[in-house]
Amino acid sequence: MTTQIPPQTRQTQIKLDYQAAEYTSFMDRLKQWLFNGYASLFYLFLYAPIFVLVLYSFNKSRFPTYWTGFTLEWYKILFNDHLIGSALKNTLIVSISSTIIATIIGTMVSVGIERYRFRAKSAVDGLLFMPIIIPDIAMAIMLVVFYNLIHMDLGLYTIIISHIAFNISFVAIIVRARMASLSSTMEEAASDLYANEWNAFWRVTFPLLIPGILGGALFAFTLSLDDYVITNFTSGPGSTTLPIRIIGMTRRNITPEINALSTMMLLTAMLLVPLSLWLQRREDMS
Amino acid sequence: MAIEPRTRRERLTLNILLSPTLFWLIFFFAIPLVIILILSFLDNSPNGRIVWNIQLDNYIRFADQLYIKIFIRSFFIALITTIICLLIGYPMAYWMANQSLKKRNTFLLLIMLPFWTNFVIRTYAWKMLLARQGQINQLLIALKIIDEDNVHTFLNTNAAVIMGLIYIWVVAMVLACFASISGLDRSLLEAAQDLFANPARTFLRVTLPLTLPGIVSGSILVFVPSFGAFVTPDMLGGGKADMIGNLISQQFGESLDWPFGSAISAILMIVMLFGTLLYFRGLRSGEAQS
Amino acid sequence: MGKPAVELVDVVKRFGDVVAVNDVSLKVEDGEFFSLLGPSGCGKTTSLRMIAGLETATEGDILLRGETMLGIPPFKRPVNTVFQNYALFPHLNVERNVSFGLEMKKIPKEEIETRVVEALEMVRMPDMAKRRPNQLSGGQQQRIALARALVNRPEVLLLDEPLGALDLKLRKAMQIELKQLQEQVGITFIYVTHDQEEALTMSDRIAVMHDGNVLQIGSPEEIYEQPINRFVAGFIGETNFLEGTVNQINGKTIDVSLDEHTIVKAHSNSSAHKGQKVGVAIRPEKISLASTGMIQGQILEIIYIGTDTRYIIRLKDDTSVTVREQNLNRIQSNKYQRGDEVGMNWDPAHALVLTE
Repeated sequence: MTTQIPPQTRQTQIKLDYQAAEYTSFMDRLKQWLFNGYASLFYLFLYAPIFVLVLYSFNKSRFPTYWTGFTLEWYKILFNDHLIGSALKNTLIVSISSTIIATIIGTMVSVGIERYRFRAKSAVDGLLFMPIIIPDIAMAIMLVVFYNLIHMDLGLYTIIISHIAFNISFVAIIVRARMASLSSTMEEAASDLYANEWNAFWRVTFPLLIPGILGGALFAFTLSLDDYVITNFTSGPGSTTLPIRIIGMTRRNITPEINALSTMMLLTAMLLVPLSLWLQRREDMS
Repeated sequence: MAIEPRTRRERLTLNILLSPTLFWLIFFFAIPLVIILILSFLDNSPNGRIVWNIQLDNYIRFADQLYIKIFIRSFFIALITTIICLLIGYPMAYWMANQSLKKRNTFLLLIMLPFWTNFVIRTYAWKMLLARQGQINQLLIALKIIDEDNVHTFLNTNAAVIMGLIYIWVVAMVLACFASISGLDRSLLEAAQDLFANPARTFLRVTLPLTLPGIVSGSILVFVPSFGAFVTPDMLGGGKADMIGNLISQQFGESLDWPFGSAISAILMIVMLFGTLLYFRGLRSGEAQS
Repeated sequence: MGKPAVELVDVVKRFGDVVAVNDVSLKVEDGEFFSLLGPSGCGKTTSLRMIAGLETATEGDILLRGETMLGIPPFKRPVNTVFQNYALFPHLNVERNVSFGLEMKKIPKEEIETRVVEALEMVRMPDMAKRRPNQLSGGQQQRIALARALVNRPEVLLLDEPLGALDLKLRKAMQIELKQLQEQVGITFIYVTHDQEEALTMSDRIAVMHDGNVLQIGSPEEIYEQPINRFVAGFIGETNFLEGTVNQINGKTIDVSLDEHTIVKAHSNSSAHKGQKVGVAIRPEKISLASTGMIQGQILEIIYIGTDTRYIIRLKDDTSVTVREQNLNRIQSNKYQRGDEVGMNWDPAHALVLTE
């Protein structure tokens, strides 16, 4: 990019460059300001609704609209609401059990697929991929039709089975990505150091997979907590979960109790997620 | 890394690893899928009983103006949601990718936090904000943009549904674009500038084409769930902005017409499958180009 | 002498249609530092991996101390490998990396502890036991990889370009250290490299490989002084090739005519016959310059490189010859100038007639 400049014009050239530098740095700074301003607005957009939601859980009025004063009344009502209590219990039972099972069998299938070559591989790939792209409403109705057909009573069991069915795929995506990023020389080195396949897997591959497995489990757990559509269709009497309860409450009369419940759930997520991300990163460092 | 399972033990290991998933997905996914595909060709008696009579009526019925309108509305709501998510999400991803590595993780966490919180709660927040007496109308009154007797009706409109969908899915767009932009080789941009491209042209000719996979995958991540949305139109559309998801749900609720509901689901799934295939083909040809 | 430490018998390795190793036979003696040398893709790493058991030979047999290793998985073979990128386990600290093999062999705990300490002292890294691999420099990782392999007291240590990732200075230092270590522990080393200088510096014997074949096996001196063909002569060090026809054979000395006027004297191990087209290979340092010589040429370039001066000389037929003269005197006053006509001479014993 260097060009020959005749000596007599060199002086002016330098001056011009200097001005240009001044100009671009101003433009750059302007661009920086605009971008930063935009980013702030974006975060405002993400957090303002959540902030208002939390704020109005402390509202004295029984409507979460006009601010009339501060109270903790709604939290008291929330903690004494036995319907919420049982919904919370159900939600935890469903999320924890489906996460554990989906993580175990999703990890198994990931190891199998990434490790071995076999004829039906693309079929298994497709089967694993389908639940991700099919809308949850479609999955919900096909499961409810199926349970009906085999005369399975709807309840917590059917919810758990359904959650496992969609969670396996998400766990597998994350664990497979991790598995694919591991170099095969690790296992080779282990087998060179007298580790048989079993030891090579448990002493080397598995510890290296842990961040992926944790990530997959976290994702499955959140999806399970979050799910309304499939849960709603496959739940029976007495197996109401929190999302179903919330929507039910918003259908009747909206009170700040919903805001209080939401605040508690937000709080849990905001504590759990950074914690688990931190745990994962710590694992990753090693 | 993949090896051929040769010994009997290796084949056994492979079978043990695969069979729980295969069992689960065949019983609780593949078979139910086939069942509703069959169901979509069956007849429904007025009292909600299924009649074994194979025909195409359910699909023909969908061609009715009433249903086509809902289909088209779903499509446009999903499309507008996707476009707006892209327009506001891409610059955000670009900004994040240009932050120092240290700050980047914090900003990323801030983006992901709402994503990890329950989406029913997030939709409820908008139901509250958009209500007639909601905080947005209150703000507009306080700013004297509207007067008290003349409050806007935001809820139960297409716009409210789009707003809710954007709020929930824009994060997916940002993350997809971010992954693509942050993976960009900086030296390519420097090379473009060295070859006399100004920043705008560098962006249009280099950055944008190279981050196209991120844009496409982000768009799919937003479009697919938006098109099949059920909760958002249910909560924010209030029956006035029904989408396909609500229509399907009705067939399994008050209308009690499972075969018709299955047929609509089948149509929805075919559209999704088609879209995803298109996406992979586009991605592959994009890769072939670069 | 007992059975060879490692023996390859007619080993072939095919990946689909690609022949990576083509009918290789060789013997590595006990306690030897043996190098497999060749350009990338010559099959040297594949051969090493077959000895380790990480690849299975398509045909042929691999013997360790006379016992066949066919069908024996890597974790049951008494050999250990130092991998190209070290392959240290990132989730284990240095100590646990080094003790890994011993733990797998179920060695008693106390013995493991003492052997790990010994191994770390041997590679001069006694204070690094608690560090993680990602906290170590490339050179340090290299030493840990070595300790991790040697701690198992393998019958044979396999090294796959272990110094490839290090910078030049460190590599030179490690070459000497590795050689000393090998003499100290007395374990057979099989060393894969593409760096001919490295192989010459360290090895007792070298096998030169090309396109899946072993071309020549011999001591560094043999490989350098008596290359059996053009590839070996060209790959190991610098060589001038002069093309000509055999004119006269007087025992081991052969007259080769380059053109009607020029006849050079050379030496041959193989059976050349009169009238055969051959190449004469001469190392640059074996040629001396004078005003007249066996062949004449014009100096094209003079390059001063400290210890030596290199002359690039163009012959009449446009081939160029490189000559290296040691700078013995402090002032190497300009003996020759660019463009000078010079003659070149050599001891016929140093010029080699190559038929292939």
